[in-house]
Amino acid sequence: MSDILVSEQSAPGAGSGRPAGRLLEVEDLRVEFRTRDGVAKVINGVTYHVDAGETLAVLGESGSGKSVTAQTIMGILDTPPGFVTGGQVRFHGKDMLKMSGEERRRIRGEGIAMIFQDSLSALNPVFTVGFQVAEQFRIRRGLSRSDAKKRAIEMLDQVKIPNAKGRYSNYPHQFSGGMRQRAMIAMSLALDPEVLIADEPTTALDVTVQAQIMDLLGELQRERQMGMILITHDLGVVADVADRIAVMYAGRIVEEADVYELYGKPGHPYTLGLLNSIPRMDEKGQELRTIKGLPPNLMNIPPGCPFNPRCPMAQPVCREKVPPLLQIGASRASACHFAEELVSRD
Amino acid sequence: MTENIIEVRDLVKHYPVTRGVVFKKTVGHVKAVDGVSFELKAGETLGVVGESGCGKSTLARVLMNLEAPTAGQVLYKGQDISKLRGGALRRLRRQIQLVMQDPYTSLNPRMTVGDLIGEPFEIHPDVAPRGSRRAKVQELLDLVGLNPEHINRYPHQFSGGQRQRIGIARALALRPEVIVCDEPVSALDVSIQAQVMNLLEKLQAEFGLSYVFIAHDLSVVRHLSDRVAVMYLGKMVEIGTEDEIYERPTHPYTQALLSAVPVPDPTLRDNKAIIRLTGDVPSPISPPSGCRFRTRCWKAQDVCAQEVPLLEIRRGSDHPSACHFAEQREIVPTHEV
Repeated sequence: MSDILVSEQSAPGAGSGRPAGRLLEVEDLRVEFRTRDGVAKVINGVTYHVDAGETLAVLGESGSGKSVTAQTIMGILDTPPGFVTGGQVRFHGKDMLKMSGEERRRIRGEGIAMIFQDSLSALNPVFTVGFQVAEQFRIRRGLSRSDAKKRAIEMLDQVKIPNAKGRYSNYPHQFSGGMRQRAMIAMSLALDPEVLIADEPTTALDVTVQAQIMDLLGELQRERQMGMILITHDLGVVADVADRIAVMYAGRIVEEADVYELYGKPGHPYTLGLLNSIPRMDEKGQELRTIKGLPPNLMNIPPGCPFNPRCPMAQPVCREKVPPLLQIGASRASACHFAEELVSRD
Repeated sequence: MTENIIEVRDLVKHYPVTRGVVFKKTVGHVKAVDGVSFELKAGETLGVVGESGCGKSTLARVLMNLEAPTAGQVLYKGQDISKLRGGALRRLRRQIQLVMQDPYTSLNPRMTVGDLIGEPFEIHPDVAPRGSRRAKVQELLDLVGLNPEHINRYPHQFSGGQRQRIGIARALALRPEVIVCDEPVSALDVSIQAQVMNLLEKLQAEFGLSYVFIAHDLSVVRHLSDRVAVMYLGKMVEIGTEDEIYERPTHPYTQALLSAVPVPDPTLRDNKAIIRLTGDVPSPISPPSGCRFRTRCWKAQDVCAQEVPLLEIRRGSDHPSACHFAEQREIVPTHEV
């Protein structure tokens, strides 16, 4: 089944036989939300992969499906209303969507871990931070209470929480935003996962703290050779840390490229529009070049290319045919009928 | 053009911290704003940047006369706004309006757009006589780029960006001279954010508005502002023209803040000299003695703990900076030039 669908939306490399050793692969994933008002097609064929030691940034605006993809990978999608209607999520080649609950649970934490945007609601307010880190060592590793505590303090120390021993018995509300985010990173890395999914890890933080956290994540990733999926809407953060970028729009990947290529020459009008609409220092006082209109209603995605109503390049074909995600050049794929044209023009 | 519309003099706003329920006693003060002075000229945009907890939003509330200052004054065309009462206060309120951050909670979900935007006219009937209100509201909707026929819709029928436009229309209803924008675009997506920023600029040109633009996003502030003030823990640490602050900052905090902004250009990734601040912002209940930034500053000397540095023009700099050792420093460009 998947082989037929691959041709419609395929990431670079995925179409021509599967290279061995892909750590985590998402293939043609489809998710819909069945609500009282109708069915919202939130993910419409997403394909991406991440290898050990690399950072894939998933970029997109709210409602583009970037977080839902992550939730599906982790198996924490709320069902109902969310239902996976197709595709695969393979970890070391095995489809996680077909695994039993017990098998998936074993992967969670040890294989794939996740950190969230809002650390205050992601941590349990009635247990101490230290307990929440140590709990994993006790339950998953079978360590004794005192050994688990020792390991937890080591973890807190590794994420550079000052006075980790003293902070062990603090509650989440006694931590500042940046410290809480560090504690959450300690929790997610406790079992030494191979892939870390970071869902907007610094969006709620101030810039100086954001810089600290991104540094820390980069350092830990290098040490452990983790694969990282960084979900964000911040074009600045992405430029700093990503190896590859997947741009999402209306539940699809519209462009996937190497970070230098994508910023140097966007291969999709949506990417171009995004890059143009961030305020630039050298064009102060001038009107920002915006993307007109609004993202589509996911219950009623326009026929053809989902971006066509907002696209300055739209032609009749864009309203009729969904453009497949096709390889252009060595390290880039774009889902636009006019991608070649866009890349070759100055 | 150079007339001062608003003048703020040594503004202080402290909030008491109390302990006990029945026998409340004050155990300290949150020094949210602690001695801030600046002026806003007609037709200009003053950007205020700083991290959370630096007092930006408290400053907005005091400017709006929603909170009485603990000390100091806010002068609107020479009048102390906290002393105004009755009709004079009502006339002042017309002139200073607010656009809030969260377009989801700042609009009453049970009121239609027409009621929301028309409500200011109930309090100020002289602006729009009863019969002309509907037309006025539709005119405002058109002005902010919404469909005038949507006058009977409710806020939930609009997207975030459209709701922010409703908030802007409401602020414009009374034709104010000053609009205080408290993080007006930070809840919006990039593509929508740009649309709202363009709208704010268009309206300023059309009506000669003055903006106090409060935000934590440094590139947004630079794009819109003529002058920029940087705040840290209730104090203004540096103020100057947009060019002075972004190209020639002299306060270490401003320099660190600017260098921490991620640049949307991967080719600058490796040659960025980023100043990494350690630690967190200290508590505003007991801020450090002397310079408040000294606990995180790499230049701190003994004098920094003893003397509060004044916000003044210092040697080797062309604009006021509150640092004993203010000097220019090569910083990384925050965007390719």
